[in-house]
Amino acid sequence: MLKKLKEKFVEIDGDLRLEERSNEIYGVTAVFETPDAVIEAAKKVADSGYEKWDVNTPFPIHGMDDAMKLKPTKLGYATFTFGTIGALSALAMIAYMSGFDYKNIIGGKPFFALPPSIPITFELTILLAALFTIIFTLVVFNKLPKMNHPLMDTDYMRRVSSEAFGIFISAEDKKFNPDEVIGMLKSLGSSSVNLVYKFATDEDKIKTPIFKPAFLGILAGTAVLTAVLTYIILNYAIYTVPFDWMTNQPKLNPQKMSTLFADGFGMRTPVEGTVARGFKPYESYGKPDSLIRIISNPMPFTKEVFELGKKKYDTYCSPCHGNYGKADSRLNGQFPNPPTLHSDKIRNWKDANIYHVIVNGQNIMPSYAKQINENERWAIVHYIRALQRSQNALDSDIPVDGNKK
Amino acid sequence: MKKLPGKFGTIAALLLVAGVVLIALGFFADKQRAFFNYIIMYSFIVSIAVGSLGIVALEYMTDAQWSTPFRRISEFLSFGIPFLLLLAIPIVFGIHDLYHWSHKEAVEADPILQGKAPYLNEGFFIIRLFAMIVLWLIFYILIIRNSEKQDETKEYKLLTRNVKISIGFAPVLMISLTITAIDLIMSLEPHWFSTIFGVYYFAGSAVAALSAMVFLSVSLKENGYLASELTDKQFHSMSTLLFGMNVFWAYIAFSQFLLIWYADIPEETFWLQHRIHGSWGVVSLALLFIHFVIPFLILLPGRMKENRLTLKTMAIWLLFAHFLDLYWLVMPNLNKESAFFSWNEIGSLLFIAGFFMLVFKFKADRTNLTPIGDPKLEQAVGLHLHPDISID
Repeated sequence: MLKKLKEKFVEIDGDLRLEERSNEIYGVTAVFETPDAVIEAAKKVADSGYEKWDVNTPFPIHGMDDAMKLKPTKLGYATFTFGTIGALSALAMIAYMSGFDYKNIIGGKPFFALPPSIPITFELTILLAALFTIIFTLVVFNKLPKMNHPLMDTDYMRRVSSEAFGIFISAEDKKFNPDEVIGMLKSLGSSSVNLVYKFATDEDKIKTPIFKPAFLGILAGTAVLTAVLTYIILNYAIYTVPFDWMTNQPKLNPQKMSTLFADGFGMRTPVEGTVARGFKPYESYGKPDSLIRIISNPMPFTKEVFELGKKKYDTYCSPCHGNYGKADSRLNGQFPNPPTLHSDKIRNWKDANIYHVIVNGQNIMPSYAKQINENERWAIVHYIRALQRSQNALDSDIPVDGNKK
Repeated sequence: MKKLPGKFGTIAALLLVAGVVLIALGFFADKQRAFFNYIIMYSFIVSIAVGSLGIVALEYMTDAQWSTPFRRISEFLSFGIPFLLLLAIPIVFGIHDLYHWSHKEAVEADPILQGKAPYLNEGFFIIRLFAMIVLWLIFYILIIRNSEKQDETKEYKLLTRNVKISIGFAPVLMISLTITAIDLIMSLEPHWFSTIFGVYYFAGSAVAALSAMVFLSVSLKENGYLASELTDKQFHSMSTLLFGMNVFWAYIAFSQFLLIWYADIPEETFWLQHRIHGSWGVVSLALLFIHFVIPFLILLPGRMKENRLTLKTMAIWLLFAHFLDLYWLVMPNLNKESAFFSWNEIGSLLFIAGFFMLVFKFKADRTNLTPIGDPKLEQAVGLHLHPDISID
């Protein structure tokens, strides 16, 4: 392994280097021992009129910007722009999601309101400002994904990134003259001045490890593996022993057997004689109509009751009896037809008889006692009476004044 | 060291006298109104005096160097603490005009006030009022004595001792400011409560104390009273702290508002109810912009943090904003219907300005404006490097 790795390096000056260097000068580096020395040196270099140069230190040094005569950074504008984009997109996102796309009533508040959106707006402002400033800086200034720089992999960089302070003057500078620069840096008190050479191959042609197939393959492989594992864990693993403690807990499941009670039922039967709230037992339940004791419909004939009756009739009765009680329903032919509700027999029935049939059923009509409660039954009776009257209207039912309805 | 001109003291005394006259006139015109104004003024003076001592302690605790050349300014302002003992006395006489819970018949008719009576009663209130001042005074004497002694002895030991005292002062400061805020301001409406209220007052106080420090630092530097080695970088750090504290104030103010808004419980919302509607609504909105939005946008660019004129303007602006903040906290309890400003407020402002100018002048005549004995000063003035990073 180590041998294989060693083959990739090139031996230069007794040191192992990644890339071979050419004879072309890239620039001059100088190492200083203290921050004060490097600040003084930087002032002199700036005064000498060099433009393409830089200072490398292991940590930020106050006053370096002034010493190097740097203009105030403009990075703040980029950060401000990203922050503003973050704030606006957060507001737009929340406004769209909670105001239009997925309206949810939460605590009686407006669908979109500013106060609860502020925290999210704040977070996204910070996130975008920080994240995009870094990505922006890495791509624009550090030229990512380019990972090579002639200063890298030198003794100079090794020292100034741990314990020393350095100045680098580029050969691209108009004033650059190797001997002059070396002389100046030495006179400024540098302990070691060195020449840095360019890479032997063209800098832009050096393949960055990021684009190597092996790296990309590992990246893609990791992504696929993560996705597959996540899928398996979320869909299968958590339902098997011993990870199924959430699904397998002592609780009642609807329609399932229960081990909690001896009889195996989840639902408990109420104590004998229990009457549900609002439920009135019908005393003639299951008895012949001769035993009906109720005389009249107790529900008042109001618009609400009529509409309730129509609604319940349309739901429960109309499938067989038809929308108008004419026994011409949509199940016609597939199911034995019931007799019409407009026959003289039914028209002469008492209200209580119709009620009785709804509760008990008749012939093949089953009982609707479970589906339709007492008030609804009486409302249906009202509605059936109205249907009957509409099919057998008298002259007196037509309003005299045509405008009145 | 250059001394402050005598004219400074004369102006301060004139301002103070004018303030006292206006406040006294206020008491003749409308006693209750004057007492409410007095609470605003007293809380403001506590904000600056105690807040300044907090800034001094903060410097010691965090071992900050950049602020060492300015520390004396905060130390001088915190000399207001001993005078609080005098300034608190009128509040004792105004309890019945100020606080609903101090009326026995009101408490008897009100089960909520009965429940709070063990804390909110006259005797305990007065004890707390003065106990807080005594606490601040003890720490004031402990910290400032060491700091001033160091000018002559230049002992390193005094620095470490002050660091320890400051660490002890931090929790005391938080709790005492919370109690002050609850007693003086929150109990004006004894049915209402907010657990974040103490932090809210603390944040406002920090902004006010820093503003006072920034204004004086920039003014003194411009007139040549501070070391000429100080650069824009120090002022940049100072205004960044001010900017951060102001954002912290907004954060706390918003946290309080959001929780009340979300929970929507009548026992909490009624306090905001009359502050949101009518002319108080205008004041609330103005507070949002004056205290937060405008200073935030102005102080956001890095270059603005170094511009001396901007700094001075924003410092005065934020001091006014803190006064408006206290006004917004106190005054709606007197008149829920509508906001009202009058010459009473001018009296308070004149008094505050005169008071702190005199306090500052008194200390500046007797003490160095720069802590010349502090070992951190050397690094602070030639600010290049953090001393903790040693180079062999």
